[in-house]
Amino acid sequence: MTTAPLLQIEDLHVWFELEDGGELHAVQGVNLSLEPGERLGLVGESGCGKTTTALAIMGLVPSSASVSGRVLLEGVDILAGGEEAIRPHRWADIAIVFQGAMNALNPVQTIGHQIVEVLELHQRAKGGAAKARTGELLEAVGIPAGRAARYPHELSGGMRQRAAIAMALSCNPKVLIADEPTTALDVMVQAQILELLDGLCQDFGLALILVTHDLPVVAQLCNRCAVMYAGEIVERGPLETIYHTPGHPYSRMLFAASPDLAGLDEPVLSIAGAPPRLDRPIDGCPFAPRCDSVFDACAVRPRLEQLAADHDAACHLNSRVPA
Amino acid sequence: MSAEPTLLEVEDLVVRYPINRGLVGSATRRPQRSVHAVEGVSLSLQRGEMLALVGESGCGKTTTAHAVLRLVDPVSGAIRFDGHNLVPLGPRELRPLRRRIQVVYQDPYESLDPRFRVRTAVEEPLLIHRLGGSRSERAARVREALVRVELSPPELYLDRYPHELSGGQRQRVAIAAALVLEPEVLVADEPVSMLDVSVRAGVLNVLDGLREQGLAILMITHDLSTAARFAQRIAVMYLGRIVEEGPAAAVVEDPQHPYTKALLSVVPRRDPRDRQRPQILKGETPDAVAIPSGCRFHPRCPVAVERCAAEDPELSQPVSTETGHRAACILLASQRVADCDEPHS
Repeated sequence: MTTAPLLQIEDLHVWFELEDGGELHAVQGVNLSLEPGERLGLVGESGCGKTTTALAIMGLVPSSASVSGRVLLEGVDILAGGEEAIRPHRWADIAIVFQGAMNALNPVQTIGHQIVEVLELHQRAKGGAAKARTGELLEAVGIPAGRAARYPHELSGGMRQRAAIAMALSCNPKVLIADEPTTALDVMVQAQILELLDGLCQDFGLALILVTHDLPVVAQLCNRCAVMYAGEIVERGPLETIYHTPGHPYSRMLFAASPDLAGLDEPVLSIAGAPPRLDRPIDGCPFAPRCDSVFDACAVRPRLEQLAADHDAACHLNSRVPA
Repeated sequence: MSAEPTLLEVEDLVVRYPINRGLVGSATRRPQRSVHAVEGVSLSLQRGEMLALVGESGCGKTTTAHAVLRLVDPVSGAIRFDGHNLVPLGPRELRPLRRRIQVVYQDPYESLDPRFRVRTAVEEPLLIHRLGGSRSERAARVREALVRVELSPPELYLDRYPHELSGGQRQRVAIAAALVLEPEVLVADEPVSMLDVSVRAGVLNVLDGLREQGLAILMITHDLSTAARFAQRIAVMYLGRIVEEGPAAAVVEDPQHPYTKALLSVVPRRDPRDRQRPQILKGETPDAVAIPSGCRFHPRCPVAVERCAAEDPELSQPVSTETGHRAACILLASQRVADCDEPHS
């Protein structure tokens, strides 16, 4: 390896101590890397650890959680020094846009005030300069600067999401994490937000981690994809590869579960069952109970293995000797 | 189409919500304004058919469904269900008909009472409508409804509480609670949008199976790929009007209205190679208080001409008389006139 990637996550674990003495292992050894300007989709069902992974990268997991592993930002571990070490990087280098912008914005302050606050807190600008910068940021996400004096409830869902993105961009981060940024939005507004994110990545060289359960949205925006299941990454690689030659049945079945305009005659299949509970140990492959191609080797938990230069999957089928 | 009479027919439906003028407003006799939620919608639904009502938030699709359920009072128009016009009926006359038109809402986390076991939740409609006879007969009907939504064996689910079920299972319970009354029409308002992608297909396949058994389904959705895959007919709504209507395949493969074309272009595709230049409309659906003049879509329409600001197109223009595919756009009509003229000139 020549230079360190922009963001590298090594063996990330997040677990919660439960009241009954048990342990909920939400993220189980995640490894990821992100280059400048890259768009990575982090995909999976609810409860598979995508959001917890995103929060852990930002050092935002609740205090009841324990975290281990390394998050290297340009080669420097930002998790090692605790809150003090991560604070200068949060928002300044890595910013996050949460699902449901209504909850991310303060309802009793104007959106302009909230962005000025971020700028002043991070000592990026003060007073009139901060106001001017706020106007620029709002314009950059497609909100007329004059709307800075509006309260969140005066804006539509799409506009609120844009305001949240403007706030996340206020300190010129290198990495933007977008957690289900379009889930509650209409198709046309979703397309507007995706176009905005696409433009921001191109214009500012922003690296994007898009957390979502909606694979077609990832297909629209991202070039690489990591599929999570039961707290671990089960497949990662270029999106085209994963769509056309999936290395894990879960990825294939996730794609088959979303109807597509290009294949209206194809059956749309749900994945029976639910992801396993993460508060008890998992024997064998965690996806085996729901998988359509289980065989005897699945009793042993598979490791993420390389299939091609930039394509890994954790499935025994890939090393199965054809009978 | 078929010899069988139309089960549900909505004709020229108009629903408006008055805006509260406030004390000062009414004292000074400020003119009463209203939200024009639905302005002249007509649609029909046959037995064994799923009609998808598609459009952005605020286009009036949910209001249309609420009018069909008679949860709102239409200003004018007719809703004919099996020979009865529902619009002039009062609560007492509506009651026996309500059993036959049931609804499933978007969010199964909200629509099920958290303190009711599955058994109670599915049985309650029978008690309200005083149906189902004895306790054991009701229990049998509850079981049967659960089997129809593929929650079988029912014994596994009867005594569970909603919090013990997954999102997909909850939505199935909500469907079972509607089915237990043996309705003829089911209104499904965004039935899968709150669910995980992996379980959406399961719920949609259940609805599809029920439709095959003869249930008529009015599905409200903003997801055109779901509508295209599961519905027989699609009606695209914009600002209180239907702008295009026809067989699902015709609407998706040969869209006529510029709005339908734009909506289709922004549907994300699974295959990254299918990534296309979406035709993104600026802004959002305008305020239904101040409706634009002429064609309602003209301020956002990429192909609007001057005439569009003056002329309000009607949905009467058939794109194909054979399939009943219709669209409301003056450009289409003139296009066709031009096509017809060509051979003569």
